[in-house]
Amino acid sequence: MVDDAVTTADLLRVATAGSVDDGKSTLIGRLLYDTKQVLVDQLEQVEAASVRRHGEGAVDLSLLTDGLRAEREQGITIDVAYRYFTTGDRSFVLADTPGHVQYTRNMVTGASTADVVIVLIDARQGVVEQTRRHSFIASLLGVRHVTFAVNKMDLVDWSRERYDEIATEVAAIAARLGIPDIHVIPISALHGAGVVERGEQMPDWYGGPTLLEHLQTVEVAHDRNLTDLRFPVQWVIRPGEADSDELHDYRGYAGQVAGGVLRVGTEVVVLPSGRRSTIARIETLDGDLDEARAPQSVTVHLADDVDVSRGDVIVQADGADRHGEPAPEDRGDLVLRELEADVCWMGDRPLTAGQRLLLKHTTTTTVARVDAIVDRIDLGTLEREPGAGAGGDVTALELNDIGRVRLRVKRPLVADPYDRDRQTGAFILIDEGTNDTVGGGMIR
Amino acid sequence: MTVTPLTRTSPPDGGLTKLDALEAEAIHIMREVAAELERPALLFSGGKDSIVLLRLAEKAFRPGRFPFPLVHVDTGHNFPEVLEFRDRRVEELGERLIVAKVQDTIDAGRVADGYDPARPGSSRNQQQTQTLLDAIEEHRFDACFGGARRDEERARAKERIFSFRDDFGGWDPKNQRPELWNLYNGRLRQGENVRVFPISNWTELDVWQYIARERLELPPIYFAHERDVVRRDGMLYAVSEFVRPQEGEAVERLSVRYRTVGDLTITGAVESTATSLDDVVAEIAATRVTERGETRADDRASEAAMEDRKAQGYF
Repeated sequence: MVDDAVTTADLLRVATAGSVDDGKSTLIGRLLYDTKQVLVDQLEQVEAASVRRHGEGAVDLSLLTDGLRAEREQGITIDVAYRYFTTGDRSFVLADTPGHVQYTRNMVTGASTADVVIVLIDARQGVVEQTRRHSFIASLLGVRHVTFAVNKMDLVDWSRERYDEIATEVAAIAARLGIPDIHVIPISALHGAGVVERGEQMPDWYGGPTLLEHLQTVEVAHDRNLTDLRFPVQWVIRPGEADSDELHDYRGYAGQVAGGVLRVGTEVVVLPSGRRSTIARIETLDGDLDEARAPQSVTVHLADDVDVSRGDVIVQADGADRHGEPAPEDRGDLVLRELEADVCWMGDRPLTAGQRLLLKHTTTTTVARVDAIVDRIDLGTLEREPGAGAGGDVTALELNDIGRVRLRVKRPLVADPYDRDRQTGAFILIDEGTNDTVGGGMIR
Repeated sequence: MTVTPLTRTSPPDGGLTKLDALEAEAIHIMREVAAELERPALLFSGGKDSIVLLRLAEKAFRPGRFPFPLVHVDTGHNFPEVLEFRDRRVEELGERLIVAKVQDTIDAGRVADGYDPARPGSSRNQQQTQTLLDAIEEHRFDACFGGARRDEERARAKERIFSFRDDFGGWDPKNQRPELWNLYNGRLRQGENVRVFPISNWTELDVWQYIARERLELPPIYFAHERDVVRRDGMLYAVSEFVRPQEGEAVERLSVRYRTVGDLTITGAVESTATSLDDVVAEIAATRVTERGETRADDRASEAAMEDRKAQGYF
């Protein structure tokens, strides 16, 4: 029976960055095709479309990722698309972010959940402004593993000098941005070299893994913060009296562990109130657990009858997450009323000082006020241009701009710097009038 | 695809397994909807994907009750085995089921019946959208959980987990809210409601592996059984009150199972001898055709069939 068998397959979330001209669609088509994820009826559709578009000849794998009719008709990509493939021991969720209009917004969206970002480089062009921009967004979003796929190597005769030159430039960018783990892989998506298989074209001088081999082995389990306990309460489970006498006093706090490891017996503080208690039980439908780690979804019981509701965050009471600095009893050090954050602005109307927005952070939604635009990042040079408050002339963030913003919030946030925890350091901004999501922020 | 056997043993590096990660994400989504929206509902068809949703709801809300009713849009052309299963499962869970009938929508004169016994291949597939929209309006639902997955179809690959619909139930792919991290924005404009797909990131194989791991019961039509079928447009249709053999069509008795569950009029069977979950998982893993391509006449209509139906309010 199935229950005797064992699976240790895990999930890797990947985002791709690059434009159609870099051969991104062909690369993704190649990944899906060579890992045998493309089924007969899909392939027939693509073959037919290839003939319609290019006449008889080779199958155009880039058509595999064509999404909507509106896009096929206009030859553009509208939005982030998600693709799935598996190699058995690892499954992949691939966020395919288009390269033209709305570029920043889409890539920020795709990279926000990514373990790995693949940045495409056209071997003929080498490192261009776009390469720097993609690398920057990956680092801004806290992605620790960036893979540079140097595509169209066949068009530079698989020149080792060309590859080395690009690899050197890329390493310098990564060092400047503080990206800890980079790989540079020469490929030809069109000819299927270096993507899944080495392919016949791949010269001996490249002894590294193919792109897929790399994705299969990249270690991401330790990228999550597993030291600082953060459990935002999503939902309080309180069965009615009518349900059963036994459950009369039942009170469970349901949520997803955002950081660290929950353990039965751990002394905790409920924030922002600052009340103390101890983890009494960690419950799941499949039975109680001794411990639960990010990103597990569980239900927590506290030893004491303290008032806890959605938006509260259960954190460790000891100050071990302060890394040597003293922590106050009530863990008020984790509660923010004012914050500075890098914001990617996605609204049609510009963001300016004085605006009022809704801010959603973990399970809290509150009103935020923009105190100042501190600076704006020039996505060409990656330099920060100072805002009006700091003697510069930047007064607004326009659609697809990224910059540092100072905010004040009505309900305090239980937050960490984004670099410490991608879950408790992130927020979205919502326009109160339209209810649109107009920005993503990373607390600094 | 390769099938790997199943348990909860962690991957070697101490992270979560694929199924555990997908499950945790889905539970989180369901709890966010329960907390942020006022009148959610869960669309339960009796199919495998919505059966998985029910288990995820148990994981998210037990020992409490589900903070929403279940809704079934009943076309009147369902497999009887599926209806029997639906009622039994709802009874076991002790939750509330609302059945919205396409027949009622037709009788009220709100839509014309798309099904015509004289026209093979005709169905009520289009009409169920109106019935769903009516149910949403009648019960003032602001959010409906659905079991759609992004791997099913190319329009779905671009759909958000929170998919907003206008007054007419329409989906506008060019105007979707960005979804960052696990921070979902469930705020609605006047007249809007939202479809929420907690298993967006699951593949067909993930669903089957999860069913196996959780030992979920399925309607019997998912396993190989003998049935009278006719071959039509390359698909095998069960002979029933709604699908009669036409002239020149021979009735064959074959061992078949279903890969998806829709109406009798549009859901094709596949030849199979897989009688256990293990056998089915093995067949799915080895298949060379997508589930919708193999078994759903509604999606074979055109390259953009799903995109068009979603724009009109389809699930």
